[in-house]
Amino acid sequence: MSFISLLWVLLLGSLLGLELIGKVPPTLHTPLMSGANAISGITMLAALTLIVKAEGNVPLLIIGSVSLGFALFNVVGGFFVTDRMLAMFSRKPSNKK
Amino acid sequence: MNLPVITKFVIDLLAVLLLALGIKGLSKVKSARDANRLAAFAMSLSVVGLLSYYLGTSGIAIQSWIWIIIGSILGSLFGAILAKKVPMTSMPETVALFNGCGGMSSLLVALGVAIFPISGGQENFDFFKSLINEVSISVSIFVGAITFTGSIVAMAKLQGWLSTPGWTQSKVRHFVNIVFAVASLIAFFDLINGNISSIWLLVIVSSLLGIGVTLPIGGADMPVVISLLNSYSGIAAAAAGFVVDSQLLIVAGAMVGAAGLILTQVMCKGMNRSLVSVLFGGSLSAQSTASSGSGEYTNITSCSVEECALTLEAANKVIIVPGYGLAVAQAQHTLREVTKKLEQNGIEVVYAIHPVAGRMPGHMNVLLAEADVPYEQLKEMDIVNPDFPATDVVLVLGANDVVNPQAKNDSTSPLYGMPVLDVQEARTVFVIKRGMSAGYSGIKNDLFDLPNTSMVFGDAKKVLNDLIGELKDLGVGEK
Repeated sequence: MSFISLLWVLLLGSLLGLELIGKVPPTLHTPLMSGANAISGITMLAALTLIVKAEGNVPLLIIGSVSLGFALFNVVGGFFVTDRMLAMFSRKPSNKK
Repeated sequence: MNLPVITKFVIDLLAVLLLALGIKGLSKVKSARDANRLAAFAMSLSVVGLLSYYLGTSGIAIQSWIWIIIGSILGSLFGAILAKKVPMTSMPETVALFNGCGGMSSLLVALGVAIFPISGGQENFDFFKSLINEVSISVSIFVGAITFTGSIVAMAKLQGWLSTPGWTQSKVRHFVNIVFAVASLIAFFDLINGNISSIWLLVIVSSLLGIGVTLPIGGADMPVVISLLNSYSGIAAAAAGFVVDSQLLIVAGAMVGAAGLILTQVMCKGMNRSLVSVLFGGSLSAQSTASSGSGEYTNITSCSVEECALTLEAANKVIIVPGYGLAVAQAQHTLREVTKKLEQNGIEVVYAIHPVAGRMPGHMNVLLAEADVPYEQLKEMDIVNPDFPATDVVLVLGANDVVNPQAKNDSTSPLYGMPVLDVQEARTVFVIKRGMSAGYSGIKNDLFDLPNTSMVFGDAKKVLNDLIGELKDLGVGEK
């Protein structure tokens, strides 16, 4: 990929993000924040790339692995915690009536 | 193009699409849970896509597999355990912690690439290309470090491990932060000039900058900061995408970054604050010492749980105002029992939710949802405010700054202009509170001095439990 096309990707991605969040009810601020937060753990792909391309360079392997750990902590924890919060919202209507 | 390349392209495209749908769905109550799972699925899909691509092209060495497995298992395990164990009341801290780790991950990737340049692609030295590489590494480290230390400080402050040091409220902090920022710039240019060792300077000063910027912020502004840091972690991920040449990372990072920024803006609006004043204004309490915000209470009426129960029994309409104190006391279930009793007696019960009640927007909604409070009974500030004059009893539970009439009446108050719940309009207001300490902003609450306000001192959970007993004695809620 050339740098210019990567810039286009950046631009379009940002526009997409701006477009996606329209009117968000306050109730969902916390779950939305933590869900988006989990997605930002996508750097795990970069960490994976680092490990695969390390070619036996042990310090690099370790850095990659630690980075992967941090990212997955973010991703797995983020999605689970968001699910827990949202489960409470969805449970209610059926329970009430 | 060969098969692995095409497959990866298709999978990446699909993952981006699903992630976008996920973010979109998360902004609606109905679709939110499915959307979250969709996003999680998209993330796993992207991992499968990347790994199968490498398997199909260069192959993955056994050694790499070992480190991949170690990192994944440890990270996922701790993440899952924390996510399952953490009480709903400390959600804001948890989000901050997760977020910080995402930033740390981007930082480490950039650091790894900078110290040990990845083989391949560097055969013929191209000045432009290496410049882009260095810029993206620097941005990734800079933003990643700020995200990490900022989030950790935010978490520590929310947990009460860190208070706001006095010096951070003086103008000195701007000077200190400017020094850090300038130092980061110097390190950045030094790095571009080929001095790799200045990368450590960059790591250190941007970490310090993250601390220096977050430390002075306090009170109700914390949620905004976490949201902003969340946006940063997206930017850090996008920068890491430039470092390792991954479009998927760039798109996903940019989406999170932009969405986070919008969310931050929405939150600021809810509090009638501008982002600039949140970031550079310091915490409210510091300004209050100079103004009339502080002062002694002169007309406090305290009353017993019994009196409170009697008044409640005679009421037709009750509004509950929950706040952070409710979360701390874990009293949401006990509260629900009290309101159930009142409802059984034909008393109308409504919960007034201030946009920044608790330490995070939606915090109270999550908490009350956990206690099975029907969604329809939660009323937002603008909707419930006109109802207060027709209300018999308002029960303020661990909320403070969001019910301070100063915000409306006293133009010298640091709270002035912040939208508040007009609880003082009701006939009787009971404030359940542990003591006379000030709220998170550290400002005196004029509500407590009003003649129609009575204080019920005690831990929220204990008071509510006593209240249940008293109501039982009065025969309220007996079937």
